[in-house]
Amino acid sequence: MTKIWKAFVVVVCATVLAMPAQAQKKYGPGVSDTEIKIGQTMAYSGPASSYGALGKVQAAYFKMINEQGGINGRKINFISLDDAFSPPKTVEGVRRLIEQENVLALFGMIGTASNAAVHRYVNSKKIPHLFITSGATKWNDPKDFPWTLPFYPSYHSEAVIYAKHILATKPGAKIAVLFQNDDYGKDYLKGFKEGLGAKANMIVAEASYELSDPTVDSQIISLKASGADVLVQFILNKAAAQAIRKVHDLGWRPTRYLSSTSTSIAAVLKPAGIDKAVGIYSLAWYKDPVAKQWENDPWLKEHQAFMKKYLPQDDATQSTYVPGVLIAQTMVQVLKACGDELTRENVLKQATTLKDLQFPGLLPGIKLNTSPADYAMLHALQMVQFDGTQWARQGELMSVK
Amino acid sequence: MDAFSQQVFAGIATGSIYASVALALVMIYQTTHHVNFAQGEMAMFSTFIAWTMIQAGLPYWWAFAATVAISFVLGAAIELLIMRRLKNSPVLAWVVVSIGLLVVFHSLAGWIFDYNIKSFPSPFPSVAGFGVTYLSAHDLGAIGVTFVMLALLFVFFRFTPLGLAMRACAQNPVSSRLVGIRVGWILALGWGLAGALGAIGGMMVAPVVYLDPHMMSGVLIYAFAAALLGGIDSPLGAVLGGFIVGVLENLIGTYAIGTELKLSVALVLIVAVLTVRPSGLLGKVHVVRV
Amino acid sequence: MASDYESVAAVILPAGSSVAAKAPSSLRSRAALAALLIAACALPFVLQNYHIFQATMVLVYAVALLGLNLLTGYNGQISLGHGAFYAIGAYAAAILMDRFGVPYWLSVPAAGACCLAVGFLFGLPALKLEGLYLALATFALGMALPQLLKYKHLEAWTGGVGGLVLTKPEAPFALPLDPDQWLYLFVLAVTVLMFVVARNLLHGSVGRAMIAIRDQAMAAETMGINNALCKSLTFGVSAMYTGVAGALGAIVVQFVAPESFTIFLSITLLVGVVVGGLASIPGALYGAVFIQFIPNIAEKISKAAPWAIYGVILIALMFVMPTGVAGAIRAVRARFA
Repeated sequence: MTKIWKAFVVVVCATVLAMPAQAQKKYGPGVSDTEIKIGQTMAYSGPASSYGALGKVQAAYFKMINEQGGINGRKINFISLDDAFSPPKTVEGVRRLIEQENVLALFGMIGTASNAAVHRYVNSKKIPHLFITSGATKWNDPKDFPWTLPFYPSYHSEAVIYAKHILATKPGAKIAVLFQNDDYGKDYLKGFKEGLGAKANMIVAEASYELSDPTVDSQIISLKASGADVLVQFILNKAAAQAIRKVHDLGWRPTRYLSSTSTSIAAVLKPAGIDKAVGIYSLAWYKDPVAKQWENDPWLKEHQAFMKKYLPQDDATQSTYVPGVLIAQTMVQVLKACGDELTRENVLKQATTLKDLQFPGLLPGIKLNTSPADYAMLHALQMVQFDGTQWARQGELMSVK
Repeated sequence: MDAFSQQVFAGIATGSIYASVALALVMIYQTTHHVNFAQGEMAMFSTFIAWTMIQAGLPYWWAFAATVAISFVLGAAIELLIMRRLKNSPVLAWVVVSIGLLVVFHSLAGWIFDYNIKSFPSPFPSVAGFGVTYLSAHDLGAIGVTFVMLALLFVFFRFTPLGLAMRACAQNPVSSRLVGIRVGWILALGWGLAGALGAIGGMMVAPVVYLDPHMMSGVLIYAFAAALLGGIDSPLGAVLGGFIVGVLENLIGTYAIGTELKLSVALVLIVAVLTVRPSGLLGKVHVVRV
Repeated sequence: MASDYESVAAVILPAGSSVAAKAPSSLRSRAALAALLIAACALPFVLQNYHIFQATMVLVYAVALLGLNLLTGYNGQISLGHGAFYAIGAYAAAILMDRFGVPYWLSVPAAGACCLAVGFLFGLPALKLEGLYLALATFALGMALPQLLKYKHLEAWTGGVGGLVLTKPEAPFALPLDPDQWLYLFVLAVTVLMFVVARNLLHGSVGRAMIAIRDQAMAAETMGINNALCKSLTFGVSAMYTGVAGALGAIVVQFVAPESFTIFLSITLLVGVVVGGLASIPGALYGAVFIQFIPNIAEKISKAAPWAIYGVILIALMFVMPTGVAGAIRAVRARFA
């Protein structure tokens, strides 16, 4: 009897001792001992297809991580669907990812309208909707939409910085604004006007353009005719290149500001003409692979090697790939921090408690920080001015709400 | 006044973009009585071919000539391999096939050449002719090229037997065949010419608007409007229509309604003109016998 | 010889096939129809939610395509801008639901009525335009509408560039149904209703008038048909159908924004109508299946250039069945009849 009793006790003790170890492994949907499934929809076709590069580089980055052993031994299964920048397709894609593919989390989705279409859905289903590639203010709303996190710095806040800069350096200026006629441009414009506050009447001319317009020459001509001496541009790559060139060719020399998303030396300034872009102000948070100042930076060597190995057909001088990698790195960091507790709740918790996260691709001094009360990732941006070879840093980091 | 004239000249410059695509549209229409919705994308694709050659080191004019030749062959091939099969199909089947071609060319361009914008060189020296503020040397050159193409087309259609044969085929393929015209080859020739015209247009446009797969996406509607405004069977009308549309678009955007409704108003105006004068400004009025 | 574009419809159907929509008079086709209906009703209980969503979108597109088919297939007026009516219907429903608190089941017919009016009003000046010119005018409408929706002075209503978010309707009377299932059944009911109405319309004198105008406008006028009224009405009814589809689509997707209604939507609708089969009621369903699923299949085949695959499939389909799927089925039936 005692022998059986002893054996029983041993078995019970063993089970009890083993249980905490078992309990530590908690898996949410899409997770197993060997893989973690994450997903996104991305604009691989349609009007915003140049941003498909982000999804591409993220897939390449995860491939590299997998080849290096994965995250805590688990391989990343990254599913990226094309939504052609069309909200109904985004809804379809996201529903497929969540209901059919059972991904653990969504991340790095692009497009304000596309993300807005699934905003409510993912929050009601409690899916981590992380690191949106858009600076719209509505993504930083922990109270009403706790599962959605932005990544890009807020467009609104960026524009406020430009406004304050103008008020400080050129208080009597006459301002002309060129903006893209959609969420992106209008969010910036709103922030800019609010930043000027009572002095919003410094804006003497506004012109918008559609993404489908072949040129912005007409808009530039009419802005010049307004007699403005400051030009603020909330525009994307192609229009930025056209605008930079036209402004110069018209013989107009206003003080120019350009939104941070369109500052790529290879993609925008070189086609426009490097010498025509000298003097433009912007805000930056990541490094441009072509800039002179990072020539000997170990980050550049690593980045070039990565691009050469995993995306050899692609142009490694394009700066679009840099934020893509940064977002992927942040995601990897979050998943690593989850350890063996890979549930959606824990993913969100780790994503909202990032402390001073630094990556080599970020500008010196810029760190990623999130907290449950404030989901904004980037709290400081660097004012920069193009000097002909690089975006030279101007002064201290400026804080961003 | 200065701003006004600048807008007009900028409109003429954009108008030459519309004019070149409109010319190619009219070319296909004159040959086959169909509209090729893929015209813009074919022109863009040809321009990418030229870009690849220039990147590989070929001098500009060699690349230009080679691209025109390749585009001619490409256009003719499309007619022979694809459009030929639809000879007896309903009109809308043609429309859908040309939409299919549009999508194929666009997607292929994005896949092969990626979506980042690329600079395309201009063959015209950057010495300002008029003074850079009005029209750059390139703008002038591009407009010149458009008119040269127009003149060549005019001469071709009016004074050469081949041109006459083409016009005959468009009007009445059955009778043309009876007279001994090889209708099949004529159709291929028409498409080839349109392809070549589109390629030239694309190469003139790219230095101004930068080369990327979306280069012609916004142009098709305006080119279509320009072609109809000028009269779908008149090449000169297409070119004039292009310039008018370009200038109109700029003036409306600047002085009338602001840039936020520019597209809508410009198109409404064009449609209004067409309701008043349905065959366009220089088109022939067709009287249909009941 | 009138250019093909002057009367688009002249060669829409291959010569010889009967022009009027054939009534499925035989018992066999009635039984087939009933079976289809039962299968459609059973669908939401067999499929999981994501697939129910896709099936619901197929029904929505079917209604939209039916509208376009009425205009282009049966009446010979080409439209490259029907996405605009889809958008107007969607926004009308969204604004009614979001700004005025109108219940969803009421917003759908309201959106339809709104589009009926807009379509009729657009059809009036369009009377002067034929073929290519009508194509341009509708193309222009399709391109211009998104810009109008973004217009700052209409922002208070349309939500501007941000669009409007809608809430998903719950099943009424506490029925034990998922919102997805309920929505599917609601859309199915509306779809069946619209199809029945279309069939009755096309079999009656109005339908015959439409077809007569398509085939021989001059003769139709001589026979006493009021061409102008009939064509404008057809435009209105066609817009109404597509507007109802837009309203349903808005409710299903729960979101409207200008980006959802680009010119590509109009082109997709036209493609759907032609692939499905012009002048054919079941053609609307085939076309809807095509435009909903082929892009996904194309993406599976090639991640790098999915739309190139889509284009190739499209071209190949036009080679094999230039009169659309419905036309091919008709031909096969005729062969074995």
